[in-house]
Amino acid sequence: MSALSVNHLLGIKEVSTDDIKLILETANQFKEVINRPIKKVPTLRDITIANLFFENSTRTRLSFELAEKRLSADVINFSASSSSVSKGETLVDTVNNILSMKVDMVVMRHPNPGAGVFLSKQIDATIVNAGDGAHEHPTQALLDAYSIKEKLGDLQGVRVAIIGDVLHSRVALSNIFCLQKLGAEVMVCGPATLLPKYISSLGVHVEYNLDKALAWCDVANMLRVQHERQDIKYFPSVREYTMQYGLTMDRLNALNKEIVVMHPGPINRGVEITTEVADSHQSIILRQVENGVAVRMAVLYLLSQ
Amino acid sequence: MKEKQIIGKKELDVILNRLCCQLIENHHDFSNTVIIGIQPRGIALTNRLIKLLKDVYHIKNVQFGYLDITFFRDDFRRRDEPLSANKTQINFLVEEKNVVFIDDVLYTGRSIRAALDAIQSFGRPSKIELLCLIDRRFSRDLPIQPNYTGKRVDAIASQRVKVFWEEEDKKDAVTMLSLDK
Repeated sequence: MSALSVNHLLGIKEVSTDDIKLILETANQFKEVINRPIKKVPTLRDITIANLFFENSTRTRLSFELAEKRLSADVINFSASSSSVSKGETLVDTVNNILSMKVDMVVMRHPNPGAGVFLSKQIDATIVNAGDGAHEHPTQALLDAYSIKEKLGDLQGVRVAIIGDVLHSRVALSNIFCLQKLGAEVMVCGPATLLPKYISSLGVHVEYNLDKALAWCDVANMLRVQHERQDIKYFPSVREYTMQYGLTMDRLNALNKEIVVMHPGPINRGVEITTEVADSHQSIILRQVENGVAVRMAVLYLLSQ
Repeated sequence: MKEKQIIGKKELDVILNRLCCQLIENHHDFSNTVIIGIQPRGIALTNRLIKLLKDVYHIKNVQFGYLDITFFRDDFRRRDEPLSANKTQINFLVEEKNVVFIDDVLYTGRSIRAALDAIQSFGRPSKIELLCLIDRRFSRDLPIQPNYTGKRVDAIASQRVKVFWEEEDKKDAVTMLSLDK
């Protein structure tokens, strides 16, 4: 019998290796559940969960909602664009109002880094961070780790390259923490403008040449170029970025091994990854999405104990 | 704390053989019957019975699986210790089948209630039966009774009945533990 050492899932940095292993192990059981003819279990039937999305999302939001519904929790949804936030209500006020409707858990995405940590100090509901700015996206890291483990059997000693717009990515940071805690080696690769200055202090390899990174790694996690967050020009043109850092079939074929290709979505087809690669048998992108539901069920289940 | 053995190896062998015979009496060649072991403690008993059915009674194709009931329990968040799940392994549908649940000790009946819920995820069985090795008959919280019983035991709440299996615990035995004095 074991339980998580934390009351909230705010970031991978704060959780222990044992916690991560417990989540991945529990996710195994839920993966079996969601492949049954009837995919629903009554475990969280007495729990109400609020999904607060202060920033746009498709996959994460649907995945969380599905996970909650498969566990029989009551779900309320909230998106900032259609709410009183636009009238000037503060985060704490918004959440407290929702909590006075008797909500037990909050799943929150917010554009500001640390929003989850801030909120956890103000209210007493359990908080799951579904992405806070360019800081962390813990459930994405967990499902990435789960997917790699499922494909390769173990993470110990596996070489993972995180490629692309690392600077604006919350997926990158959570992935680095998570993979390192599970014994994998991590490399970041991208144009110098899109790699944070002190990233090497996290103990990752830094590489500026895509072909060298591909030759080194067992798994390539391609990040999306986040045009919407790029307020200044980080590279001369999208075409030039694609030529330097786009993953193409030619590049994969030039390797003398078969690597696993991942992408957290949404994909910019033809920018960081070609359609051919995204739909190839080496890509586990859709598997990641499937595993996302199981991993999020495990997180919600373990946090509500 | 006092521990008393209530079933030894020899008696256990006799009981397991009898249970197999009773199953065969009702289910013949098991063509429309599936055996479902309840995780975690019903698994060893299930494997033992399946082995007997195959080796001694020559029943070739017994379909069987393991069912984990953790997510269907009614005491979630009401216990001090967190519940951890086990593996469910049922790679067939139970639609229109006769299902026999197998568990080691039938106590309050709450696990079986959860199992009745859980099995619905795999279809609508035409009939469900319950086999247990030990029936603590005066301790039920719910109106659930076994169809096949190894041995009935009268035990009070402060007593614990434990089943040991050669495969897991290095001996075949059932003991009763009195916690007071």
